[in-house]
Amino acid sequence: MDFFILMLSIPLVSGALLTIVGERDWAPNLNVIASLGTFLAAVGLTGEIVANGPRFAVGEQFFIDSLNVFFVALTAFVGLTTSIFSGPYMRIERDRGRLTKPRLRLYKSMYQLFMFTMLAALTTNNLGILWVAMEAATLTTVLLVSLYRSPASLEAAWKYFILCGVGIAQALFGTVLLYFAAERVLGAAGNALLWTHLVDVKSQLEPTIMALSFIFLLVGYGTKVGLAPLHNWLPDAHAEGPTPVSAVLSGLLLNVALYAILRCKVLADGALPEGYAGNLMIGFGLFTLLLAAFFLSRQKDVKRMFAYSSIEHMGLITFAFGMGGPIANFAGLLHMTMHSLTKSAIFFAVGHATQKTETQLMEHIRGLMKINPLIGWGLMLGTLAILGMPPFGVFASEFMILTHAMKHFPWTTPILLLALGVAFASIFSKVQPMVFGETEAKRLPHAPAITPVFLHLGIVLMLGLYIPPYLTRWFHEAARMLG
Amino acid sequence: MTASIPLSAQLINLFAAVILLLAFAMLAQRRMHSLVNLFALQGLALCLATLVAAVSTGQVHLYFSAGLTLLLKVLALPWILYRLVRQLNIKGDVEALINIPTIMLVGIGLVMVAFNVALPISELSHTITRGTLGIALAVVMLAFLMMITRQKAISQVVGFLSMENGLFLAATSATYGMPMVVELGIALDVLVGMIILGVFFFQIRDQFDSLDIRHMEKLKDS
Repeated sequence: MDFFILMLSIPLVSGALLTIVGERDWAPNLNVIASLGTFLAAVGLTGEIVANGPRFAVGEQFFIDSLNVFFVALTAFVGLTTSIFSGPYMRIERDRGRLTKPRLRLYKSMYQLFMFTMLAALTTNNLGILWVAMEAATLTTVLLVSLYRSPASLEAAWKYFILCGVGIAQALFGTVLLYFAAERVLGAAGNALLWTHLVDVKSQLEPTIMALSFIFLLVGYGTKVGLAPLHNWLPDAHAEGPTPVSAVLSGLLLNVALYAILRCKVLADGALPEGYAGNLMIGFGLFTLLLAAFFLSRQKDVKRMFAYSSIEHMGLITFAFGMGGPIANFAGLLHMTMHSLTKSAIFFAVGHATQKTETQLMEHIRGLMKINPLIGWGLMLGTLAILGMPPFGVFASEFMILTHAMKHFPWTTPILLLALGVAFASIFSKVQPMVFGETEAKRLPHAPAITPVFLHLGIVLMLGLYIPPYLTRWFHEAARMLG
Repeated sequence: MTASIPLSAQLINLFAAVILLLAFAMLAQRRMHSLVNLFALQGLALCLATLVAAVSTGQVHLYFSAGLTLLLKVLALPWILYRLVRQLNIKGDVEALINIPTIMLVGIGLVMVAFNVALPISELSHTITRGTLGIALAVVMLAFLMMITRQKAISQVVGFLSMENGLFLAATSATYGMPMVVELGIALDVLVGMIILGVFFFQIRDQFDSLDIRHMEKLKDS
């Protein structure tokens, strides 16, 4: 059996199955087993690509190379750990009467379909299908954000739908323009939107059209990445949805949207004068980073604060890719991995912390170390990791981005340092009293899922201390592809 | 000059102009029911424009594209919207719009911007439909304006769908349509999105007793 077909069909089939059979006692287990199957298939596929190099699937419609297989492995891994985490989390929510059986069924089937759309978006070779999969990912998560049916969650879901819908419509216009430019070179045959064909002729694409096309694509997919000023949906959707959804939105969706921009940037770089696409990304990235850092200090809701932290990191990553070159691209890819793992670990810990204290307001969450030391340590270490403290991996990638920026774009250094400093001060001063301090909160009725938190943090720690040579080679190859 | 433009191109330009006109009409329409009517008409004009392009160029997949537009934008989506309007009892609703003349003037300004942006690109196009690229961009921008100025959730969605119409017009005018598999995918997304929104409307109404999005301005960074 082909690993690729297996990887895409497991979430699709299990999503359908979970819809049909409904909420049974074993449904959470099926969710975890399906995610495990997807992960194993993704590992198999990764091994295959590392051994044999890039390959096509289903004719030329899908294409897997070292760049996207790295995202595939990451997506499948976070998908697996989040499904493990969501088991106990959702059970507690159900026992408290916040979620009914039909909604749990909706959650599980949509979760699997969301994984399917993410993996399809990552592996497709057709830029049109990439758009379709990104839009489908929005659709699967809209109803998940409004899962609690509270006024606030409905408002968040509505904002999410409309803003991302408008954003992604801009991306469609960009895709139309890209097709228009490609058709002049490749002809009207169906392969004028296939990335592998486009990349061969990228220097012949009409610059006037490509310039406009890239702006639309950047703004469009950038809305989903959370780039300012179109980031407004992100904090709301993260704060009001169930925590596992916040974890996958932050850890996966933002990455995949950024991946879409990267693919388009490779084409734009070939067609346009040096630095055009890069400078746009540097501008958007810095603006996002700075804006998010200052908004961080004003947050009262813990999930909202970490959502702004995601925006901040996405800004930093966009900036890194905007600088371009092997080192900055390497740092960008590394930072994407680190952010994805760390942020989902933080959301796991935050999810259980908010369940214990039954509030998301930070001033009412106190003394996590007393009620459950593991959750307390998880949140504390996760926070230190995301703030870029050594020896965690985020430090390594942020350090690389910063030194590269100092060397090639010295004027950005004060902005970067200011934003990172403000972010550190705001987050740390709020998390510290949450973890330490006094409390009367009770124990949870079910044992929380602690393993995923420490699994993620363990990997982040390991990558901060030592990156295995095969991983370095893999990152280098992917970074080289980005130019 | 006029004599050199073939009849089919003139027809397509005519339909594109009708689409633009309908976009303005939607911008000013206050009744929900008429708004859906206008949206269906816009879909029909889009379908006819695609059909003329299909006949004059003989591109087979444009026929499919026209058929898809007819099914989705003229029949399925307006039908769903009518049902929603009826079931949610917002039939006779008149939406309070802020200052229609001002909106119209802003709209005219947007059209001029759109034409200016599209000009260098449409000069590069070799299709007979190239003149409509500016119109397509203008329709997208007008739909955007409509979403900003409306207060009812349903009219925002109509604005969103009208934007999709503009994008399809852009695809037809610049390149004779996207590859078939992409168009099918987009159509599927729009349809699923509409169904999810239908579910969503009921949730919103149950929670707020209204579809007015003014109730949904609580989440802010104070």
